[in-house]
Order: sequence, then C-alpha cells, then structure tokens
Amino acid sequence: MSALVAATILAPLFCAAAGLAVRANSPLRDGITVVGLVAAAASAVALLVKVADTGTHVVRVGNWSPELGIVLVADLFATLVLPVALTIIVVVEIFAIGQRRTAWGANPELAGPLLCVLTSGVSLAFLTGDLFTLFVAFEMILVSSYVLLTHQGQRDQIRSGMTYVVMNLLASTLFLIGLALVYAATGTVNIALASQRIAELPDGVRLGIGAWFLVVFGTKAAIFPLFSWLPDSYPTAPTTITAVFAGLLTKVGIYAMIRFHNLAGMDELGPIMLVLAAFTMVVGALGALAQSDVKRILSFHIVSQIGYMLMGLGLFTEVGTTAAILFLVHHMPVKTVLFLVGGLIENEQGTSALASTGGLASRRPLIAAFFAIPALSLAGMPPFSGFVAKFSVIGAGMAETSSVAVIIAVVAALAAGALTLLSMTKIWLGVFWGEQSAVSTGQGSVETVGNRRAMVFATGMAVVGTLAISFFAGTVFELSQRAAADLHNPATYIEAVGS
Amino acid sequence: MALLLTVGGLTSTGLYLITARSLSRIILGFSLLGHAAVLSLLIAGGPPGTAPIAGKASETSNPVPQALALTAIVISFGLTLFLLALAGRQQLLSGDDLVEDDLEDGRIASGQNIETDQ
Repeated sequence: MSALVAATILAPLFCAAAGLAVRANSPLRDGITVVGLVAAAASAVALLVKVADTGTHVVRVGNWSPELGIVLVADLFATLVLPVALTIIVVVEIFAIGQRRTAWGANPELAGPLLCVLTSGVSLAFLTGDLFTLFVAFEMILVSSYVLLTHQGQRDQIRSGMTYVVMNLLASTLFLIGLALVYAATGTVNIALASQRIAELPDGVRLGIGAWFLVVFGTKAAIFPLFSWLPDSYPTAPTTITAVFAGLLTKVGIYAMIRFHNLAGMDELGPIMLVLAAFTMVVGALGALAQSDVKRILSFHIVSQIGYMLMGLGLFTEVGTTAAILFLVHHMPVKTVLFLVGGLIENEQGTSALASTGGLASRRPLIAAFFAIPALSLAGMPPFSGFVAKFSVIGAGMAETSSVAVIIAVVAALAAGALTLLSMTKIWLGVFWGEQSAVSTGQGSVETVGNRRAMVFATGMAVVGTLAISFFAGTVFELSQRAAADLHNPATYIEAVGS
Repeated sequence: MALLLTVGGLTSTGLYLITARSLSRIILGFSLLGHAAVLSLLIAGGPPGTAPIAGKASETSNPVPQALALTAIVISFGLTLFLLALAGRQQLLSGDDLVEDDLEDGRIASGQNIETDQ
C-alpha cells in the first residue's frame, strides 16, 4: 500500500524528468507524459479501493517520527478526491495532444512535463500529513502553473500572469510566516499533532492561527475579497491549461481548508466563513453575467462555486462537511469539461467571444450536448451531480437556521444557483443558437483544425465521468459521509498518525 | 526582541514595496518579505545553540526550523528569478515593467458599456 502512495507522487515526477530527457518534439515525450499520468491515476484508484476497505494508511518517509519527519496520510478524504483529480488530468492531456499545433494549443514541448510536475504536486498536497510539505506541494503546483500560464509569452498572458504570480507569491509568503506561527505555538508542523496542540492554546492564539490560514488558503481558493487574480488570468492561458487550473488549483486550497480548519476545530470562524461564502457565491455569479466571452464567464463561475464549498465547511457540522466534500468531487470534473467544451468552441469558430459565435447547435450537435450536460449540472438541475451536491449543501444549511450567517448563506446559495442558470443560458443563446456570424463561417483563420477526434473523445470521456458521478451519487455520498465523520473525530486521524 | 523588530521592519517595507506599480520594486519587496518569513521561522525555533550534530552533549539549536528555512530560501530564490524573467518579458513587450490594469478595471475606467456583445 505504501508503494501505491509513493507511486501517485513519484510516477509523474519521474516521467517529467524522463520526458525532458528525450527530444523535444518526438512523440515519445507525449507517450512518457501519458504513462506517468495514467500510472498516478491508476494507483490513486487502487488506493481509494484499499483505503475504503481497510481504513487510513500512514507512510512515514524515512521512518522518522511524525514530529520531525514527513508523513503521508492516505485517509478516506484524500483518497476520495485524488482519483477524481488525477483522472481529470489524464483526460485533459489527451485533449491537449489532440489540440496541439492549432492556434490555441499549449506549447507541447513544455506543457507535458510541466503538467506532470503539477500532477505530482496535487498528489502530494492531498496526501501530505504535515503543513510544511503542504507548502512545498503548493509551490510545486504554483511554480508549474506560473510557467504554464505565461510560457507562450503573449502580451495578455504576461499582463495577467503578473497579477497571478504576485498574488500567489504573497499568499505563499504568508503561508510561510503562518508556519512559523504554528511551529512557535505548538513545536511541530505535523497536522495531526499541531491540531491536537492548537486545541489546547488560548482562544486568541488559536483563532489567530485559524484566521491567518483562512487568508492563506482563501487566496489560493479565490474566496470573496481575494479572488481578483483568477478571472483575469485563467482565460488568457491555452484552453487545456485553463481546464486543469479550473478543475484543480482552487480546489486544492479548499481541500487544505476543509482538512486544517476541521481538524483544528476552528468552529468560531464559522459565521465569518459563511458570510464570505455568501459574498463569494453572489459576486462570482454576478461577475459572470457581465462577461461576454465563454471562458471569462466560466472563470467567474469558478469563484462562485468555491462559495458553496466554503459554505459547507463554514457550517462546521458533519452534514456540512459531507456536502462540501461531495461538492468538491462533483465540481472538479464538471468545471474541467466546461472549459474543454470552450476549447472545442474555439476550435470550431475561431473565438470564444459570444458576439462572434452562433448557430453551433445545428452544425455540431455533439458539442452542444457536451455543453448542455455539465452546464445543467453546474446550475444544479436534477438529475445531474450538481443537483445532489447543491441540494446537500443547502440542506445542511437548512438544518442550522438558528444563526443569521447561515440564513444569509442559504439565500445567497439559492440566488447564485439562479444566476448560474442565467449565464449558462447566455452562453447557450450566444454560441449554440442564433445566426452563424461572419467570423464563425470563415474557417480560414484556423491554422489547422488539429486532431478533432482526440479532442471530442477526451471531452466525451469527461462528460461520461460527470454522469457517472451522478449515477453513483449514493456511493460517493456514503464515502463523503465517512470522510467527513473522520474529519470530525480528529482522534482517529491523530491516532493513525501516531506520535 | 531585536529579531522581532527586524521581522516587523522587513515585513512592512516589503509590503509597501509590493503595492508599487513597477515589477522591479515588487521583486525587491518579495525578497524582503522572504527574509522576514525565514527570520520568523528561525525565531520559532527557540534560543540559539551550537551546531545540531548528533552525539554532542551541549545545548544545540533546534534543527527543524533551519531545515524548513533552507527549503523556503531555495524556493524564494527560484521565484525571484522567475519574476525577473517576467519583468524582462514585459519590458520587451511594452517598454516598461509596470503591472497593468486588468480587463475589468480598464473597462470601468474607460466608462465603456459593459454589455458589448449585442
């Protein structure tokens, strides 16, 4: 089992190195990248099956005691989210291979190995049992994302990349200072031991640390006042890169929050989180309505959806955490598919601006279907996974209506749901219905169409994946429930890590 | 106490520099902030002592924060270089290294109607 834990982190990292070692534009580099990503995803799935069966598995790297060394903790929460995340990356890589050498493809020489490093960082962030390794994992993810975002060196990318890098670098520096605070207060950076000792600290210090990490993880997750870097930078990157970022990056921030704030018992921060969540949901959805480009609309919806997960966490009940985890699992594939469809639209019409697209539904009904399913799911329509996820978040809120903050969050969640449906309708009207506009008929602007079959296949696979989550919603819900129960009984987690 | 004041000074100067428009000032700001973070890690490690080598009897200093600080230094070094490269690219593209307004700010400032897709 330890080998599986190691494989999810190391396989992509080795393949990144091996990929860089072979000649830049040989198909071997693609092959190595795919092998590394598939190996990681396969071991993540195997890990989930085993952990669901036998319980938390802990790996002490180098056999150091948890107080000093690095521990990797494969508990149900981590192993539930991990296979979803890694499968998404595999799908996106297939899409990227299909899309390269078109005007919107990422630079294939760099993107593959960098995607591998990013994957390794994501695995490490989910599996790590101490805060410092979490910091390193964040850096692995961010550094590769900085390069992926700006490597084409176009003006727009550099402009928004500067904001992106500066904001995230500031958050990382604050993370480091936060680590110093935790170490000074508890004498360890191991999450299990630190959360145990944080609970015994005086209230001021305890909540200070909690609020500090709310800011740090909140910047990474793009919650309300800290989200401005996201909608500007994501749409400028190549579609496949944006799809990975949209599906994973902010989610790692929320994941870290769900783990740390739950284990350390920061219940008093709940009302603040709920109000922030309400603002995040509504401001994100309103921002999306004002946009006139498919990728920018979708980027604002990333912000809006983060609000739901924050709301689930902010309730600090087992039902709330279950809902947040369920939302996380539902949201990652849905968001990625929507961006991939955005890529398909770009490929067909030469742009993703609503004004210069139209009439795609009659020409490419398959793309329209690929958009409709995740879009309805995002808006929370039954029978798709978004309905189950939103219903459980709002349901968890309705169970706690004694507090004003909860009521605000529930109202905001309902309003944001309606607004989401509205902007999905806007995309539908702009892209799939209506007249074919002048730009869209002139395919001459497209250099080469790329391998459309690979792109459609990858998108289709991802759509099937989101449908599978709604089909097996019962199983996913049960697993989320068990993961949430573990998070709310830190004793089991602490015991598993040992001392 | 002197160390704490140093951290405070570095942090405030660093944050002030980050609010500047020009990326070269921001890079300087981040270097200062990085030092502040590393120093605060060292403070968190408790009182200084002799080199922490196994088997020595005397009071050694705590090696864990030093290991953390070392990792942090390497990362911030790499990122400083990346920021410099970014500033260089911006210089090439626009002739200066200023952080530009994002699209929304630009639209609001120009008073342009947001709904332009019709």
